[in-house]
Amino acid sequence: MSATSALDRPHEDGPGATRRPQAVVTGIGVAAPNGFGARAWWDAVLRGENGIGPLTCFDASGYPAQLAGEVPGFVPEDHVRSRLMAQTDRVTRLSLAVAKEALDDAGADPAELPEYAAGVVTSSSAGGFEFGQRELQALWSQGGQYVSAYQSFAWFYAVNTGQISILHGLRGASGVLVTEQAGGLDAVAQARRQLRKGSSLVVTGGVDSALCPWGWVAHVAEGRMSASEDPDRAFLPFSASACGYVPGEGGALLVLEDAEAARARGARVYGSVAGYAATFDPSPESGGCRLGAAAALALADAGVRPDQVDVVFADAAGEREADRAEARAISELFGERGVPVTAPKSMTGRLSAGGSSLDLAAALFSLRDQVIPPTIGTERPAEDCPLDLVIGTPRTGVELRTALVLARGRGGFNAAAVVRA
Amino acid sequence: MTRFELTDLTVLLRESAGENEGVDLDGDIQDVSFAGLGYDSLAMLQTTGRVEREWGVLLDDEAVFEAETPRQYLELVNRALSERTAA
Repeated sequence: MSATSALDRPHEDGPGATRRPQAVVTGIGVAAPNGFGARAWWDAVLRGENGIGPLTCFDASGYPAQLAGEVPGFVPEDHVRSRLMAQTDRVTRLSLAVAKEALDDAGADPAELPEYAAGVVTSSSAGGFEFGQRELQALWSQGGQYVSAYQSFAWFYAVNTGQISILHGLRGASGVLVTEQAGGLDAVAQARRQLRKGSSLVVTGGVDSALCPWGWVAHVAEGRMSASEDPDRAFLPFSASACGYVPGEGGALLVLEDAEAARARGARVYGSVAGYAATFDPSPESGGCRLGAAAALALADAGVRPDQVDVVFADAAGEREADRAEARAISELFGERGVPVTAPKSMTGRLSAGGSSLDLAAALFSLRDQVIPPTIGTERPAEDCPLDLVIGTPRTGVELRTALVLARGRGGFNAAAVVRA
Repeated sequence: MTRFELTDLTVLLRESAGENEGVDLDGDIQDVSFAGLGYDSLAMLQTTGRVEREWGVLLDDEAVFEAETPRQYLELVNRALSERTAA
């Protein structure tokens, strides 16, 4: 499908189609390997601070890869009630802390809204993996009676949505999406659909954490991890020396609101989610990458021309072939070196579903502060990646009104989102 | 014979399911409902798993569900303990 036909296409099915409220972001919460809390993280990003280091949460010395992006300084007991501690994996504890920050930042009190007006749509790639590993170990080694009753939901992909919903009384339309790294954008798009159907507020985005042996071997088995032992040289998106990715944990949750409702309560607005599209790659045998199509469709959805895009937040795989494919997709849309491109995830590693929602948060802060955060590690883009990559230090002095965020999820998922100031 | 006491229960409740804010498990809770203490059926299932493992008894699921207060729950466990001793 061409971008033009997407412009002509009705956007939503059903009776709600005539009303297209604008979806705006009014609150942001973050847990990232280079900063816990939105402010700490963004300050670190602008300083180009690397959050990648030797894995500490378990002994990885027997594994072929030993670097990760771990969220520093997170004390679960400071953020999670006692009753919830026994029934939650680390990923849910992080999600609860991040959701609270986002809601506080939005200044929104869901209790003041009608009962079903507010919901939660998150993305998750692994659910509560560490919890699941522990209970499976109990099952094999000791027997079924040693498995926690809370395993029934603590491992599950939807658990973060559920616990956030229960804690904050967000009883409106909710859900979970599982599309790996693309999920952070796919969830926000689903939240936007719920606003179009009548919800007034949705907590959305993604947080992932699976830095346990079971999660680690899943990465190892895929064979795309960086085996480098140097945190500053391990994850080098678009570099000729790119050698794989470093996994990390964390992500961002956003409060997405109907623009009118946000305006009515005098909320501060970071920007709007103006466009979105998702595509799926053909089978690996037939080859081809549909990321560029997702980007073109997202621009069309936003009614934005490529020359109106001021910055692109790249998916930044850190593998030669995938980097080339993304560089090609960007160049086809914008021309070679035709738009500033950045990859702040070079400081965090790839956070699965958390990665793309964190990039959305970065894009929104970029628009607010009129600064493009840098890509670190990579010293210059490879010759076959003809990008205007923002490297080393932040770029200022460019007017930033529109940002494009790209994401690819393992298994062929592509997503693109356009945010505007 | 060793009896299963209230303090045994509160230790296992805390470890299995945490403790609600505003609830004092060390207070006079014998006749306060588990719901009132902030424990749902899953919390009781989890706690019961610990009781069964650590005290070497098997409790009837239905009876656990019907034990609404610590007093009733203690009776249930102690009955199972004495039946085990008698057997």
